[in-house]
Amino acid sequence: MEITANWYLILSAVLFSIGVVGLLIRRNPLVMFMCVELMLNAVNLSFVTFSNALNDVGGQVAVFFVLVVAAAEVVVGLAVIVAIMRRRPTATADDLSVLAG
Amino acid sequence: MNNLLHLSQSVLAQNEAIPQLPTPEIAWSAFIPLLILAVGGLLLLTFTSLMPAFAKSSWALTGYTVAVAIGTIVACIPLWNRVQRVCEAGEVCQAGAFSTAAGAWGVDGFSIFLTILMAASVALAALVMHDYLETEGLTGPEPYVLLMLSASGGVIMASANDLIVVFIGLEILSIAVYVLAGMHLLRLASQEAAVKYLVLGAFASAFFLYGISMVYGATGSTSLIDIQGFLATNVLTSNGTLLAGIAMLLIGFGFKIAAVPFHAWTPDVYQGAPSPVVAYMASGVKVAGFAGLMRVFLLAFTDYAADDWRPVMLVLAIATMAVGAVLAIVQTDVKRTLAYSSISHAGFIMVGVHAASDVGVSAALFYLAAYTFIVAGSFGVITLVGRKGDNLHALSDYHGLSRRRPMLAVVFTIFLLAQAGVPLTSGFFAKFYVIRAAVEGESYVLAIAAMITAVIGAFLYLRIIVAMFMSDPLDDHGEIDANLSDEEAAAARIELRDKVTAAEGPPIRIPTLAAVSIGLALLVTVAVGFLPGLVSGFANDALPQLVAAGS
Repeated sequence: MEITANWYLILSAVLFSIGVVGLLIRRNPLVMFMCVELMLNAVNLSFVTFSNALNDVGGQVAVFFVLVVAAAEVVVGLAVIVAIMRRRPTATADDLSVLAG
Repeated sequence: MNNLLHLSQSVLAQNEAIPQLPTPEIAWSAFIPLLILAVGGLLLLTFTSLMPAFAKSSWALTGYTVAVAIGTIVACIPLWNRVQRVCEAGEVCQAGAFSTAAGAWGVDGFSIFLTILMAASVALAALVMHDYLETEGLTGPEPYVLLMLSASGGVIMASANDLIVVFIGLEILSIAVYVLAGMHLLRLASQEAAVKYLVLGAFASAFFLYGISMVYGATGSTSLIDIQGFLATNVLTSNGTLLAGIAMLLIGFGFKIAAVPFHAWTPDVYQGAPSPVVAYMASGVKVAGFAGLMRVFLLAFTDYAADDWRPVMLVLAIATMAVGAVLAIVQTDVKRTLAYSSISHAGFIMVGVHAASDVGVSAALFYLAAYTFIVAGSFGVITLVGRKGDNLHALSDYHGLSRRRPMLAVVFTIFLLAQAGVPLTSGFFAKFYVIRAAVEGESYVLAIAAMITAVIGAFLYLRIIVAMFMSDPLDDHGEIDANLSDEEAAAARIELRDKVTAAEGPPIRIPTLAAVSIGLALLVTVAVGFLPGLVSGFANDALPQLVAAGS
């Protein structure tokens, strides 16, 4: 059986969905952040697949941009999460409820 | 082993055959406003690291930031003149919109207009921030640096002619604002706002990116010029991927502009983030979100407008206006009320975008311009009333403001009336133009929905005005018994007065720079209310255009 581009696209959609579901149901801010990374990397996979299928290098270049942006986002994200964890070591997303109404 | 050798030989052979890659031609003049903002921010960071003395002078920091913002606006003027110029017959001149960097960067009236708005929101926020940082003990160059860098991301979004560039701009804009939202390390609410904003923002970025990937897969390019050309010349037999991509892009932008149902973060983040930062978030970040939305949807997906994204935009606009206005009414926190009202305003701007016509775009741009100043001024006032600790934002904290700070109460009233769309303020013409665009586009449902929500919205602004002018704080603390003797009544009155003073908290200070910022915003709001032509003329000339590079 030949593995076509569609397989990769389906895999990337599945990975993306896992990321979405994970972000919505997990309560640990760190794990929620990992789910975002999973979503971004699922997108990278689809970029590379499209790039290969279209025989165009643009999609692969886009992946590099995404990687850099994801790294920057992680740096800021971890800093913010660490800042809040220092004050409340056992904080989960449910504890973040000062703001509501 | 043999195979490996063969492979390495072929790689070597390939290396020799690699031709020199041509680099695109870059017209640096097109980047000057962006460079002033971005390099201005980076230089400040470098300077203050090398010369700590400079970092200690908050006046120098604010002055520098405002100077950079003004410099950006000034640098826009020659570009604007060039774009609007029309060559006479036979004359050889540079005129009209153009694009550079292989078509990835577009310069047109639209991008310059929004660049000026971004710079203005930076200046207004920086002026309010000055005193806030002092009282909260947060002095340092970082907030100003982040403000300028974030705005440079917004400028990138306004000029991007490529989806990847839009994405880069979106992230530069957002990441800086995540940090700004959480910059108050001593307030748990500030950090909570940062975490919520960050997680939901990153979530939205991932959707946005998936949308880019799908559009790329369906059209073979991320350049708006190529996408538009491809869709104009080809009919896709199965356009599922493209439509899914467009939907994902709409979700991504929907988060940034806080459109219902992607608005859930807005009230929490606006309430928790430091008030001067909210002034920037409500003006600058919203402008940038709409800049990207309009650029991508009105330029690249014009052929998919009528049947595909406009109906969705119609539903989103109605939901955004209505949910924002209705939920604002039930809030007891003024910051939260204005957060919901900012959601409602996003709905009104979407009415202009939905029209997808020249009238609609210039109406949306006019709305953005008017709204930037109104909301920056409103949150400026909220910062002052919040006082030290940035906590006094309940509606009851505004009781009797007219007695304690009459000028502040009057100014806030004008901003609130402008948000409600009362005539003789810029808010009236903003609403008038978008509704006119909807009527001219024959979207009567949308026009009627906009008018109804404008009425609902007026109620919530009046509620705050009533709190400031008509409720005496003495009433909150019981009444004086009429049967008491004169002496007893006098004593009771003094006691009551003490109670009220204690409940009022510390006196409201009005620092000079914040007053300048609020005064500027007020001036624009009122001046444009009398003479809308001041802005609408520019907005009419600021239509987005796609021009291929080298033409």
